[in-house]
Amino acid sequence: MFNKNFYLILIISAVFGISFWIGFNVNLLPVEASINAPIYDELFKILFIIGLIIFIGMTIAVIYSLFKFRKRKDQYGDGIALEGNLSLEIVWTIIPSIIVLIIGLYSYNIYDRMGGMKELNHSHEMMTSNTEKIWAGISQASSNEFASNNLSVEVSAMQFAFLFNYPKGEFISGELHVPVDHKVSMKMESKDVIHAFWVPEFRIKQDIIPGQPTILNFTPTKVGKYPIICAELCGPYHGGMRASIIVEEESDYKDWFNKNTKTEVSL
Amino acid sequence: MTISIDSQDPNTKSLQPKGWLRYLSFSLDHKVIGIQYLVCGFLFYLIGGTLASAIRIELASPMSDFMPRDVYNQVLTLHGTIMIFLWIVPVVNGAFGNYLIPFYVGARDMAFPRLNAVAFWLIPPSGLMLVASYFVEGAAQAGWTAYPPLSITTPQSGQIIWIMSVLLLGGSSIFGGINFIATIIKLRRPGLKLMQLPMYCWAMLGTSLLVVLSTPVLAGTLILLSFDIVAHTGFFNPVLGGNVVVYQHLFWFYSHPAVYIMVLPAFGLVSEILPVHSRKPLFGYTTMVFSIMGIVVLGLVVWAHHMFTSGTPPWMRLFFTIATAFIAVPTGIKFFNWVATLWGGKISINSAMLFSCGFIINFVFGGITGVALAQVPFDIHVHDTYFVVAHFHYIVYGGTVFIIFSSIYHWFPKVTGKLMSERLGILHFAITFIGFNLCFAPQHWLGLNGMPRRVAEYDPQFQFVNQISSVGALLMAISTIPFLVNVFLSIKNGKDSGDNPWNALTPEWLTSSPPPVENWVGEAPLVEEPYGYGKPISQEN
Repeated sequence: MFNKNFYLILIISAVFGISFWIGFNVNLLPVEASINAPIYDELFKILFIIGLIIFIGMTIAVIYSLFKFRKRKDQYGDGIALEGNLSLEIVWTIIPSIIVLIIGLYSYNIYDRMGGMKELNHSHEMMTSNTEKIWAGISQASSNEFASNNLSVEVSAMQFAFLFNYPKGEFISGELHVPVDHKVSMKMESKDVIHAFWVPEFRIKQDIIPGQPTILNFTPTKVGKYPIICAELCGPYHGGMRASIIVEEESDYKDWFNKNTKTEVSL
Repeated sequence: MTISIDSQDPNTKSLQPKGWLRYLSFSLDHKVIGIQYLVCGFLFYLIGGTLASAIRIELASPMSDFMPRDVYNQVLTLHGTIMIFLWIVPVVNGAFGNYLIPFYVGARDMAFPRLNAVAFWLIPPSGLMLVASYFVEGAAQAGWTAYPPLSITTPQSGQIIWIMSVLLLGGSSIFGGINFIATIIKLRRPGLKLMQLPMYCWAMLGTSLLVVLSTPVLAGTLILLSFDIVAHTGFFNPVLGGNVVVYQHLFWFYSHPAVYIMVLPAFGLVSEILPVHSRKPLFGYTTMVFSIMGIVVLGLVVWAHHMFTSGTPPWMRLFFTIATAFIAVPTGIKFFNWVATLWGGKISINSAMLFSCGFIINFVFGGITGVALAQVPFDIHVHDTYFVVAHFHYIVYGGTVFIIFSSIYHWFPKVTGKLMSERLGILHFAITFIGFNLCFAPQHWLGLNGMPRRVAEYDPQFQFVNQISSVGALLMAISTIPFLVNVFLSIKNGKDSGDNPWNALTPEWLTSSPPPVENWVGEAPLVEEPYGYGKPISQEN
């Protein structure tokens, strides 16, 4: 009834349609609780849709070939002696190259928006007085607005716990409390083996390395309690190496901060 | 002159044991050595698989309740090390390479038969040593990556035995690589041009170049690490001013190419299997050769994508993102060519074909998550999570191990002269394919939602998905039963296959099955068109 091209176009549009529908309607990610998270999810959605199109397309091509070109019982001999097709080879070299290039440029843009391309964040107080080499983790673009109430925390990791030192309040806490919508800057160092600081809801991760401080900046956007997870194998209790980050309203944070500052030490 | 002098010497031959005992000898016959690699690798696959089952049993519940925590870390370390160094690398390179390459180049044996025997016989002792280290003071427990300072601070004897074992296996791998390069370049039958070689030769040439270029770096790194452990030097020990990130660079300079050492031979093998069973020439031979070499070159300059969260500078993150993503281009070319090989063929749907098509589907999925992982901002969230675990199992199990099974079904008649049961083979495929996807597909979600890798305990909300994954692992364990039954039954009472049951055109099928000691009675045939299906050359058969 219809010619072959009609069915081909129909199948291709169906693959695109299904991929876009799944990409926009199936959420595989946890809640977005930092400025990074929506930027990350945007990248994820694009990669997910492109990936689905390629995967569904290839799977259909393989299964269709197996079905359509299967050898029937009465058939003997070989298929067509087709050894190649230069224009096809050029097509499937150039199109993937362009897709890969576009994804690369796009993820560069995402990375830049996350603040990853910024060299060291010089507004960080602990670093201006200090000439030691510090490698930056991913960081938010700094704005003057937040620079004034910049919040600095020193993180030390050890088998199998995180400790958070608030230099301004001169106290150490086992929980990380931060005010919502404020940029937090952390200088992290390990006391023994390599650990990692991961908050899935923030979509950030940075290794905490012994002998090599690392910097990680983030801005939480949603009040709540989220897990801080060690993501680098650090010993037998690696799976239990957890802490919590508590994102709260600024007033609640100030209450907590003042309470701890007065009592000097709170573990 | 393509005949090695050793194998011509009648005295040497008469000293070789006959029958099955020759598999427990320093045989110089490349076919015997190939089978030695395959059987030895499969035994270690069973050990590694048992360890994997132990991991999935532990992870069926959120608490660490099946085994002690330090034993769990030993289990995951041994699982990774055994599967990589004792199963996949020796089998896709050593087993099939040794069996097939001399046939493909028209030689009577490998270039250095004695080195070949040494290369194989390094594997069983180092593997046994690795497994036995559990009984000494506990096996290594720093993961197969052995990152310092963890590897310096965990019990020393296990870690040192692990290092010695990996060094021996690396040596074996280098011996094999040198042998393959020499055989492919120098032992070709007169008149056989490089561009007429079956694709597996090109894959092995590329792989062997990677082995020879990158394995010594791993050896050097591990020797330095062992100095840090036993002599308290400070190369990687931060307490003594060492730098732990330098270890990661050196380690991944080998261990990323190691991924291609595991998948390139599989790419070669599938390029042999698909044309035979779809009765069509391999599509785009020349581009396939160039894409292999492209993967070899790019594979050497992408290692730092394993270290995006290690505190690498932005320019380095960017360079390695682009380089890694571009590997998708030559890899994609290969997959499009394989689908084009199927297109318009007369496809026999048998076990070898099904495993090869399963490989294409699984590997495309793993490749897509690989391109995503190459993007720094994407990787930073999922690095060191179950997303990565799922990704690399799609590559090495869904990719390479599927091709190992496909190859066994394809070349079993060559080795034994018997056909395998197709019914059991298809059953094996079905259970493996379902079990594999059930086991690893849900792990992508676990990683995205906050489950790190290498943990013995996890949050209770992940229990259901982990149990699905464990059921998949159980199916994968069960799937080895029909396979083993099939192998033993077919060896014992399989139907005679004749010399060339698939009517294949590649040179290994142009002799008797099983082949005579020196491969051919008389001269080796000159095969100028190993994929000439649909042409007059194929009709003659």
